[in-house]
Amino acid sequence: MLPEAIELIIVTPQRQLLREKVASVQLPGASGELGILPGHAPLITELGNGELSYKASGGGEPVILAVLSGFAEVLPDRVTVLAETAERPEEIDVERAKEALARAEARLKSTDPEVDWDRATVALQRAFVRIKVGELRRRVHSHSSQ
Amino acid sequence: MATLLDFRRRIRSVKNTQQITRAMKFVAAARLRRAQEAALAARPYAVELARVLRSTMARIESPEHPLLAKRPENNILVIVLTGERGLAGAFNSNVLRKAHEFFRSHQGKKITTIPVGKKGRDSLRRAGFRFAAEYVNVLARVDFKTAREIANLVADLYVKEEIDSVYIIFSEFKSVMVPTLAVEKLLPVEAIREDDTGKSEQGDRENKKPSETPIDYIYEQPEEQILSKLLPRYVETQILRAMLESSAAEHAARMTAMEAATNNANDVIEALTLHMNKVRQAAITKEIIEIVSGASYGA
Repeated sequence: MLPEAIELIIVTPQRQLLREKVASVQLPGASGELGILPGHAPLITELGNGELSYKASGGGEPVILAVLSGFAEVLPDRVTVLAETAERPEEIDVERAKEALARAEARLKSTDPEVDWDRATVALQRAFVRIKVGELRRRVHSHSSQ
Repeated sequence: MATLLDFRRRIRSVKNTQQITRAMKFVAAARLRRAQEAALAARPYAVELARVLRSTMARIESPEHPLLAKRPENNILVIVLTGERGLAGAFNSNVLRKAHEFFRSHQGKKITTIPVGKKGRDSLRRAGFRFAAEYVNVLARVDFKTAREIANLVADLYVKEEIDSVYIIFSEFKSVMVPTLAVEKLLPVEAIREDDTGKSEQGDRENKKPSETPIDYIYEQPEEQILSKLLPRYVETQILRAMLESSAAEHAARMTAMEAATNNANDVIEALTLHMNKVRQAAITKEIIEIVSGASYGA
């Protein structure tokens, strides 16, 4: 029998962000996006930097979170996300992320041989995801205020 | 003989000290609450990670990884978690005593240490131990970065075979009153801690959920790659947990010590006040005698 909902657990080393029954989950896997519905085959994957979205069991708008690297274990009735960092849109400091983005870009553009390319690229990605998810809140916010 | 004024001064000085100890007690209580919350908040991650790692290891036929490799223990690395400062009762000396016990029972092996906290560093340096690294002023706000740094360092040394095992010695936080000391083996990663999963395996077996039966996973990445990412994370989490526990235990110890000091100051003040009153009484009596005898003399 197929389970009707997935228990979505999102934890980071600092805290538990979410433990909820959901209808579907979209994960930013390291090798590509993963859409998970109840009854999915067991799977384990690394996560990249990206957006995680899920739809609550009762339906409604998908909820989007920024997830920055980690792992996810998928079982038929449960998805466990062990993220290094996970943030809700309203928790993201977009200004800070923009500054980080500018810094990373400057570092990647410079010809300084000391620059750690991998680190700068990761910083760039992370800033990108943060800004994208963070800006979401603004849009949602301005919509509702209109 | 101590005069009335001497007593007044001493009482005032004890009262001042008492104010300090009382304030420290309240500060420690507030910090303890925060440390406890942080330790509690970090628990779900540790629990879930241990569970995922265990089920991954169970599904891989013969898990192989440098961090799992067992060697005869000749070079031992010991991480010792103490506090940054004293005034916490026997907190620091308890940990250090446990550490020395451990060193004694591993005589003949080459021991390297990583002290975390100023107190431990100073004491171990005096005792002449070799440091692979030292971390001070990191416990006021325990963060994941420090735990990761330590984990990376020990994992690196372990993979290079410079060390054959890694232990961590710290105070566990069980309750405010009962200090417990723990010696845990970090590397090689052996059995994943049972109590990290929150319940024992045995009770679990009977009512196993379908999700926990060992069906094979789909691996989005090669399983070795997943394992090699999960294992260091596990070591990090273990260190982070130890740091959080130790920090909570330190605040608890300080709170208890300062509470005792405050109560003690009360006793001292009481005793001094009693003494002072006696001396005053004696002085008054003496004065009366003098006046009376002087009066009778003049009459």
